[in-house]
Amino acid sequence: MASLTLKDLYKSYGNTEVLHGISGEIQDGEFVVIVGPSGCGKSTLLRMIAGLEIISAGEVYIGDRKVNDLEPADRDIAMVFQNYALYPHMSVRQNMAYGLKIRGISKKEINRRVEEAADILEIREYLDRKPRQLSGGQRQRVAMGRAIVREPEVFLFDEPLSNLDAKLRVQMRLEIRKLQQRLGVTAVYVTHDQVEAMTLGDRLMVLNAGYVEQFGTPLELYERPASLFVAGFIGSPAMNFLEAKGQPDGMLQLENGVVISGAKSEGPVTLGMRPEHLIEDTEGPIRIEVSVLEQLGANTLIHGTLEGTEREMVASLPGIHQLEPGRVLGFLIRPDELHQFDSKTGKRL
Amino acid sequence: MVEHRPILTVLTHLVMLTGILLIAFPIWITFVAASHDAIRMTQVPLPLWPGDQFWHNMKITLLGSGLRGTETTPVWWMMFNSLVMALSIAFGKIAISIISAFAIVYFRFPFRMGFFWLIFITLMLPVEVRILPTFEVVANLGLLNSYAGLSLPLIASATATFMFRQVFLTIPDEMLESARIDGAGPMRFFWDILLPLSRTNIAALFVILFIYGWNQYLWPLLITTDADMTTVVVSLKQMLTAAEATPEWNIIMMTALLAMLPPILVVVFMQKLFVKGLTETDK
Amino acid sequence: MLKRVHFPPSILPYLLVAPQVAITLIFFIWPAAEALYQSFLIEDAFGLSTEFVWFENFDALFKDPQYTGAFLRTAFFSGAVAFLSLSLAIVLAGFADRVVRGATVYRTLLIWPYAIAPVLAGALWAFMFNPTLGIISYALEFINVDWNYKVNGRQAMALVIMAAAWKQVAYNFLFYLAAMQSIPKSVIEAAAIDGAGPIRRFWTIIFPLVSPTTFFLLVINAVYAFFDTFGIIDAVTQGGPANATTILVYKVYNDGFVGLDLGGSAAQSVILMALVIAMTVVQFRFIEKKVEY
Repeated sequence: MASLTLKDLYKSYGNTEVLHGISGEIQDGEFVVIVGPSGCGKSTLLRMIAGLEIISAGEVYIGDRKVNDLEPADRDIAMVFQNYALYPHMSVRQNMAYGLKIRGISKKEINRRVEEAADILEIREYLDRKPRQLSGGQRQRVAMGRAIVREPEVFLFDEPLSNLDAKLRVQMRLEIRKLQQRLGVTAVYVTHDQVEAMTLGDRLMVLNAGYVEQFGTPLELYERPASLFVAGFIGSPAMNFLEAKGQPDGMLQLENGVVISGAKSEGPVTLGMRPEHLIEDTEGPIRIEVSVLEQLGANTLIHGTLEGTEREMVASLPGIHQLEPGRVLGFLIRPDELHQFDSKTGKRL
Repeated sequence: MVEHRPILTVLTHLVMLTGILLIAFPIWITFVAASHDAIRMTQVPLPLWPGDQFWHNMKITLLGSGLRGTETTPVWWMMFNSLVMALSIAFGKIAISIISAFAIVYFRFPFRMGFFWLIFITLMLPVEVRILPTFEVVANLGLLNSYAGLSLPLIASATATFMFRQVFLTIPDEMLESARIDGAGPMRFFWDILLPLSRTNIAALFVILFIYGWNQYLWPLLITTDADMTTVVVSLKQMLTAAEATPEWNIIMMTALLAMLPPILVVVFMQKLFVKGLTETDK
Repeated sequence: MLKRVHFPPSILPYLLVAPQVAITLIFFIWPAAEALYQSFLIEDAFGLSTEFVWFENFDALFKDPQYTGAFLRTAFFSGAVAFLSLSLAIVLAGFADRVVRGATVYRTLLIWPYAIAPVLAGALWAFMFNPTLGIISYALEFINVDWNYKVNGRQAMALVIMAAAWKQVAYNFLFYLAAMQSIPKSVIEAAAIDGAGPIRRFWTIIFPLVSPTTFFLLVINAVYAFFDTFGIIDAVTQGGPANATTILVYKVYNDGFVGLDLGGSAAQSVILMALVIAMTVVQFRFIEKKVEY
């Protein structure tokens, strides 16, 4: 087991720089999820850690070892791929044993490790089948088994669940988490799915256009998003954003002229309000004209516009509500749940 | 098909049977000719029905020394020559093509595209258009009348290289990444992963190339002057010329039959691979 | 074209391409360059001196009625072979495509001529049409055809065309059948519902849809007729009678190995190379187009 340190990593293809100085410390045994939209560079970052991409600048340490110039096989890592990358002509057992065989580990030891991993993953009965005879979920387990038997310092996952159907994904998500805790191994997991990221990670590294937007625990990201991007990316349904103006008297003027308290600076700001943080109150200053309702059972999503404007807003109220379109509802928000961002830089105020 | 009118079905089968008769007739005639004795084969009209000399003819053709007056090597030896040539060409082409495709797809190195185009050019230089200078090169290298001379100049193959390149490009990148994480070096990856994954393509290509190699005519005709090195396909032409003087058509046709038998067997019994090979190499 | 990942740089890739490149250089590029060089030379009758003459050999070739004749003959021969074998193949494939049961049996029985060497195909047809003994010649007597391809140039041409087409039917049939089987059944059924009978469907639906295959096969057949039919010609007519079946490939061979006219033969080789290059370009253009189709 080991920690993983990224020091100011850069990646360029020709003249195009895709990663612009990524740094971060990942503790021994920690589960870190790298999350971001497609094209943000998250897979590239993972592949640089794995040694599958050349590092343009910066350093990667596994434990105390600088691994920049080591071959993937010598970095003491294991990787689970999105399409599993099982060798189609080898049985499950051979797939799992292949890396060990190359390393010259004794047959007895290989068998012990393969069977132990098969027991953990409950795939013992499939050991002699070929990958094509397995279902998606089973293949996923084999891919993990192949990683486990290597007993690596660091586990790398590259969107391992995106080829599974929704139900199986939830189930495998839990299993990956349990497995990681049981083995106590350091893990780096790449996904574009923020729910997956929130449920799996001890900490999340949010990546956008090659920059780290924020690196913190799921709760930190939810409660104190460092930027507009993180605020909009984390949470479902997504946060409402409104333009506002900070007044000298410490009040905030909304787009429809209504004023609420709590300005942190003067001038234009972007306000963020999570739909679930809007509290219905007939006297509430934030007034929304209802257009569509989504009944989810446990709660109701109210879609509408800020009264007097075209600004789309969503509020989530617990329980079941019946409202006619066109009706105007008032809402309150607690000051500590009102996020304010610099309109120009997108940074949290 | 859409209609279920019996008359159409009958017509369909009639046309197919006519087609088959047309295609098969020359071969039937060959078979019939190979089953009569030499005297019957000089009497007009020639028979349409097989005689009883088939096995006898086969024996004297395989083991004897050809037509009277043109004593040659026995046919079995020439068939052996053909086999050696066909196998060397097939294996040689597959071997050198698969490794060059491997290099071109899985490595990035200076002049990579240069090599690629160099190989591509061979597509435009069939042996028929460069016979004379190629003959000189082979003669200068002292390869006349040798198995190497028979096969080496035909071994370069753009189509096979392209086919393997195509096959490798369809193998997911993750296969290589996974193998690298498992610690496999290039040659190990080649043997353990690429070769097994290309198995059916290799087999399909082998079928096509075996036929190609076995049926070579112009090249062996030029570079084998020694009767011991003649292939059975070439010898048939020599027999045909000799037939003007000694019309032993039973022997000639038996030789023809024996010469076409191996590739036909390959096509019929490995039909799936044959079709796959044919459609993949020509695309 | 490129893989995302590669093995680290080393000398290995050079070793891997070395055999193919060596053979290409020694047996392909070098002789081709030699041919190109020799095509600019004239050697005297005793081989004692050579002279660099630029395009004189080419000039002489195109002024030589023998050569232009061979050129036209080759074009006619290729056209006839392609037409004959393609039409036979498309008819057979059209019917085979209708066969529900036994289609593979038919296929098996139709494809084996592909496996027969051209020179053997030539021998078979020469035997059937042998002027004195041939079984077909015998049958032709009954309809008052005086058959002797050894003296009648037209008959000789007809015979090599038939033999060449016969051998190529199998190949064309396979490609047509595959193309027809890849047409979605629903398209055919839709046409049937629109009231198109089998023959109409063939001409209005199937034939246009397999036209990329037709084009591809035209090129392949032309290449086949140009180069692979050497064996057939050599077995049946040796280019005769009176050069009636001397196609370009046969002439290169004849002038080079029998006539020993090095410069002229080399110039012919160069022209043939240009033809192959043209055909290859057409073929690759077609493949690009087919991707869009």
